[in-house]
Amino acid sequence: MEHAHATVPTVVHAVSYLRFIVLFPLLGVLFNIFLGQRLGRKAVNYIAPGVVLLSFLFSFVAFLRLPEDGALVDTVWPWITSGSFHVDFALRVDPLSALMILVVTGVGFLIHVYSTGYMAHDEDVARYFAYLNLFTAAMLLLVLGENLLILFVGWEGVGLCSYLLIGFWYTDDEKASAGKKAFIVNRIGDAGFLLGLFLLFWSLGEKGVWTLSFSEIQAHASALSVETVTAICLLLFVGATGKSAQIPLYVWLPDAMAGPTPVSALIHAATMVTAGIYMIARLHFLYSMSTTALAVVAVVGASTALFAATIALVQTDIKKVLAYSTVSQLGYMFLGLGVGAYTAGVFHLMTHAFFKALLFLGAGSVIHGMSDEQDIRNMGGLKSKMPTTYGTFLVACLAIAGFPGLSGFFSKDLILEEAFVSEHGSWLLWLVGTVGAGMTAFYMFRLLFVTFWGETRASHEVASHIHESPVSMTCPLVVLAVLSLVGGYFTLLHFLSPVFGEPHEAPLPFLVKYLPTLVGMSGIGLAYQMYVRDPDMAERLGQQFSGLHQLLANKYYVDEMYDAVIVRPVAAASNWLWQVWDTLVIDGSVNGTAHWVEANGLLLRLWQTGNVQNYALSFLVGATVILGYYLW
Amino acid sequence: MVPISYHLILSAILFTIGVMGVLLRRNTIIIFMAVELMLNAVNLSFVAFARQLGSMDGQLIVFFVMAVAAAEAAVGLAIILSVFRNRETVNADELNLMRW
Repeated sequence: MEHAHATVPTVVHAVSYLRFIVLFPLLGVLFNIFLGQRLGRKAVNYIAPGVVLLSFLFSFVAFLRLPEDGALVDTVWPWITSGSFHVDFALRVDPLSALMILVVTGVGFLIHVYSTGYMAHDEDVARYFAYLNLFTAAMLLLVLGENLLILFVGWEGVGLCSYLLIGFWYTDDEKASAGKKAFIVNRIGDAGFLLGLFLLFWSLGEKGVWTLSFSEIQAHASALSVETVTAICLLLFVGATGKSAQIPLYVWLPDAMAGPTPVSALIHAATMVTAGIYMIARLHFLYSMSTTALAVVAVVGASTALFAATIALVQTDIKKVLAYSTVSQLGYMFLGLGVGAYTAGVFHLMTHAFFKALLFLGAGSVIHGMSDEQDIRNMGGLKSKMPTTYGTFLVACLAIAGFPGLSGFFSKDLILEEAFVSEHGSWLLWLVGTVGAGMTAFYMFRLLFVTFWGETRASHEVASHIHESPVSMTCPLVVLAVLSLVGGYFTLLHFLSPVFGEPHEAPLPFLVKYLPTLVGMSGIGLAYQMYVRDPDMAERLGQQFSGLHQLLANKYYVDEMYDAVIVRPVAAASNWLWQVWDTLVIDGSVNGTAHWVEANGLLLRLWQTGNVQNYALSFLVGATVILGYYLW
Repeated sequence: MVPISYHLILSAILFTIGVMGVLLRRNTIIIFMAVELMLNAVNLSFVAFARQLGSMDGQLIVFFVMAVAAAEAAVGLAIILSVFRNRETVNADELNLMRW
């Protein structure tokens, strides 16, 4: 399937209700900050998910009223006007953003509901929901923005909320620094994003088009040279690697698991990390112009997909496995985008939002039931004690593993097929993706078997406490499980065609079509063999290949390498700048000026004898001189 | 009739004595008296010119000066008195509290 040249949606309906989609969560923020603490947990538990539900309803209305082959635009106010350049604070819904706002508010609402149960024992629930609502508002701004500037505001907003939420339990040093790490790594990406933005703005401006609006950029993009477009796309992609956790900037996401688990589900699985995917899909007309940029996106995506999957194979922290799995799945989305199959990438974004949110929430339910235990080596045998969690977790595992008929099967297969047949794809990308798919199935079922099957390995005290989670937590699980089951049948191909163009069908070799599924099923089988039928096998293999095992368990020492190559030199340089440049040179010159003034003051004050008669004498001399001057 | 130059010379001599007194003496009361002397030296020239020109203006100003001088003497002496009560001295060299 190949995408024809996308047409710019021409039918634009001016409406004025899109602003409420963003406004409701913002009101929720204000409520939680100013009244949340006073009115108590109960009010917060209703208001915080309630505002997101309202947003969802408005999003649904927008979705229903979306004109065929067109878009809804809500111009709230003119924002910046400078000569012929002007930016409106405008929100726009076309099929792509309609899908995004439905996912953000829908999955977001479920996670808000889940949070009311998960955070039931936390003191600071009002602050938590204030951040969560703020995040929702920022994410909605990101996907609704009619121009790059609003997108950037949302882009930074979600980054900030991510920092606030990862470091939510800020009294724990490790968690607070995980938040900082996420923020700093994202800033590095954002620097690239900003440069790309400036380059796009200036190079379009040189052609006489001063604009940041998506539709106008799309209309005038053909005026740009391919080299410029390549540079713009690559710079913007740097931003995407930061936000969407791709090589080389993925390192923040695994650490981000320090935040409360529903946050991981919302931000680091379902919504924020998809911002990079969304941005590229939104600017697909630019990326389509540059073969180089597309190739870079595809290669980075495919390598991340495989690289992160290998790390996930041996992790023992339930959330870390899911974190690396997220990085890997985001890689698949970029692979889809990079081979020009934007629809496939966005399709996987949606199904991934369902099953990955479900996996994280399921993990949260397990952690909740196990009295905050996260190490899967201390779990086991939860199947009978947490039946709802187990059932939904199983559905999610099957979905992500690509079991035929479930959501992940459709979207991942679509990406892999496109990787093979697209003119931007190659068999190598397909192969990497297929191997990654096998690993995905393996590590997910390893997680499932080790956590839920077999005998319990928890301490007696913990084991006696294990309980199924409250209804507020299991309900979202069930809804997400249903979505993971049927999400693959929401065929987006036609729905998104006004944005990306109509896809073409292409003949596909038999092997290419069925091998990924087959590999996925064998991954499940291998996990069953290694962790259920012969539980010692994993141990034996680990010892046999202890070097490899160490390498994977230590995540390829990437954090250590970054620490040695980047963090320490930067810290040393900063230290030098502080000790030498700042203290010596800058403070020195400032203090030097002060000392010079003081020395002169000391000299000058010798004139001030304090003797009245000396002053009187100078008075007399002055008077005599003036008098003499006039009389002369 | 005595020529005006005689009056003016006397006035200049008195004024110079006053200036010297202000600059050279250390006792604040003497300095104060020297200031009064300067005022009266000026008064003398005013009166002399008034008579020479047959105008009342100069004499009028002299009355103003004398009134102001009286007020000033009251305030000035009060200040000197309270300084003396605080510092046990009226020597201008020792009154250097405002110095750095």
